[in-house]
Amino acid sequence: MAPVLTVKDLSVRFALHESVVTAVNNLNFTLEAGETLAVVGESGSGKSQAFLALMGLLAKNGSVSGQALLGDVDLLALSKTELNQYRGRDVAMIFQDPMTSLNPALRLKQQLAEVLVLHKGQDQKQAETSAIEMLERVGIPEPAKRANAYPHQLSGGMRQRVMIAMALLCQPKILIADEPTTALDVTVQAQMLDLFKTLTEDFGTSLVLITHDLGVVAGVADRMMVMYGGRPVEKGTVDDLFYDPRHPYTLGLLHSTPHIAKRAERLDPIQGMPPSLENLPKGCAFHPRCAFAFDRCLAERPALTQLENGREKACFHEGPMRYGKVA
Amino acid sequence: MNQTPVNLLEIRNVKKTFSISGGGFLSRPLTLTALEDINFTIRKGETLGIVGESGSGKSTLGRCILQLLSPDQGQVLWLGQDLTKLPAEEMRRRRQDLQIIFQDPLASLNPRMTVGEIIADPLRTLRPELSKEQRRERVLKTMAAVGLLPEMINRYPHEFSGGQAQRIGIARALVTEPKLIVCDEPVSALDVSIQAQILNLLAELKDAFGLTLIFISHNLSVVRHVSDRILVLYLGRIVELATGDEIYLDPRHPYTRALLTAVPIPDPKLARKRSIDGLKGEIPSPINPPSGCTFRTRCRFAEAQCAETRPPLETLESGRLVACLRWREIEAAEPIAGSA
Repeated sequence: MAPVLTVKDLSVRFALHESVVTAVNNLNFTLEAGETLAVVGESGSGKSQAFLALMGLLAKNGSVSGQALLGDVDLLALSKTELNQYRGRDVAMIFQDPMTSLNPALRLKQQLAEVLVLHKGQDQKQAETSAIEMLERVGIPEPAKRANAYPHQLSGGMRQRVMIAMALLCQPKILIADEPTTALDVTVQAQMLDLFKTLTEDFGTSLVLITHDLGVVAGVADRMMVMYGGRPVEKGTVDDLFYDPRHPYTLGLLHSTPHIAKRAERLDPIQGMPPSLENLPKGCAFHPRCAFAFDRCLAERPALTQLENGREKACFHEGPMRYGKVA
Repeated sequence: MNQTPVNLLEIRNVKKTFSISGGGFLSRPLTLTALEDINFTIRKGETLGIVGESGSGKSTLGRCILQLLSPDQGQVLWLGQDLTKLPAEEMRRRRQDLQIIFQDPLASLNPRMTVGEIIADPLRTLRPELSKEQRRERVLKTMAAVGLLPEMINRYPHEFSGGQAQRIGIARALVTEPKLIVCDEPVSALDVSIQAQILNLLAELKDAFGLTLIFISHNLSVVRHVSDRILVLYLGRIVELATGDEIYLDPRHPYTRALLTAVPIPDPKLARKRSIDGLKGEIPSPINPPSGCTFRTRCRFAEAQCAETRPPLETLESGRLVACLRWREIEAAEPIAGSA
């Protein structure tokens, strides 16, 4: 089956006072129908900017190049008016902080119905009924009553449910969720991840989950893409990357994540800090923090290469990696 | 653990309420009970983790211990001396023993002060007898201990990343040579790799300086990683207090059980196999908490008695605490497998 989304050579640049920084550099990936792809990385890895660019939501000083094919439509080649036909209908996005994504002056049913009136041509009444049904689907108690509420009258978890309901109203092909559970308590986070699983299965929606939390990835994603300094460094199935990481950065992230079942005395974190995009190291951007770096990594940037089982990595190191104190 | 543990702090019957606006112009103020019936001890040299959802009162508890907030009632005994009754001047002297690290490292540093001034500030107020040279010497020594380079002393906070800024916050807490540091979500705002560096740093400092730590976090994996004992709060009350292993392998309170199953596990096969104990709904409002056991509205084991009787905080074997009327029945009906 053809992928729902094919991204080719996506680059995102921002013009600063006297320079241009590249936040995303030649990103290539595909998203299959119904799958959940996790995009993992630390601040400045480009994980959010890549997807904001797809949605036409870059800041004013940002520019984008490359292709993002939704079927045979290139999202990046569309005018703003043309893009509006696809945003919300075929591709929807939700963010970390639901309060800033909802209009504080509109009742829930008003902002939800708007989507259906716009994209599906439903009349207000019909749209409000569908909106209430969707609120029920995402687990909001007394949906008919709550639909009259304003966003500030809801808790954080409820607001995020409303965002999910709004995103799914048109049954989009793709849902992009940018750190959707980071601001929530663990119990609510668990409810939310569960909801993502059921809804993507029921609607056949492909989910892009942008996160820094490997615990969240392990529970819901099928494949993952690890980004560093604006480029993907490793891609593959979740199991391949968790149990047999091939890039030292992926390995380092796994060793930095505390695991509730293992009370290690010390974690083995990656040394140093994520690089500034204005001043990316030469060669492999990760080499200053890498325990396996050798001469070549300082001089030359490793390209993303194909490995078995459809996985890819961008690293010159071959063979097993012994990491820190953990063999 | 060495010999008999010394109780550094004893918290007795602490209660804290806040008066909040009722909303309207003429409406009466409402009372929000942030903490009630808080009783526990902190042993010298231990790391006590405090976990709970937002609104559980964990930060309020940390601030009541440090007397940054005064409890409405109850005692905070520091080596037997009640801090709540201490005159302001004496409390000020005591402060060099009790310090705090905050969540947002950049927001908690004065942007107009240099790193050196920020770290020296507690010394200026709490140790006025020190000369400028002595202060500088201590600042440099502390900077080295937290992994900051000496040349950073004249820089300003905005020149630092989140992780480095948190090191400055830690240095500021450490410079008075405290005995106890309250760490309030110290790594929540940091990137994963930096978070691990800071956790390791705190563990090293604790060993090197013989510190006692109170580690407040909503992240149970992080708390489990750093803590000797874990205190679980729900709506301002203690529901369970036990060692990390006891909490993880043998939780007694239904809330602790539910919380554990909700923690994301960075292991795909385990994560897929695991069934989440669907804790329904969200934490109720502390303005109008449920009668009896405050957790009963979300508890799948709740019975009629739970609405009538407030469960007392029971002291069990090995000194662990639990507040649930039915934990014995629950454990008999659904034993925890022992390990996950």
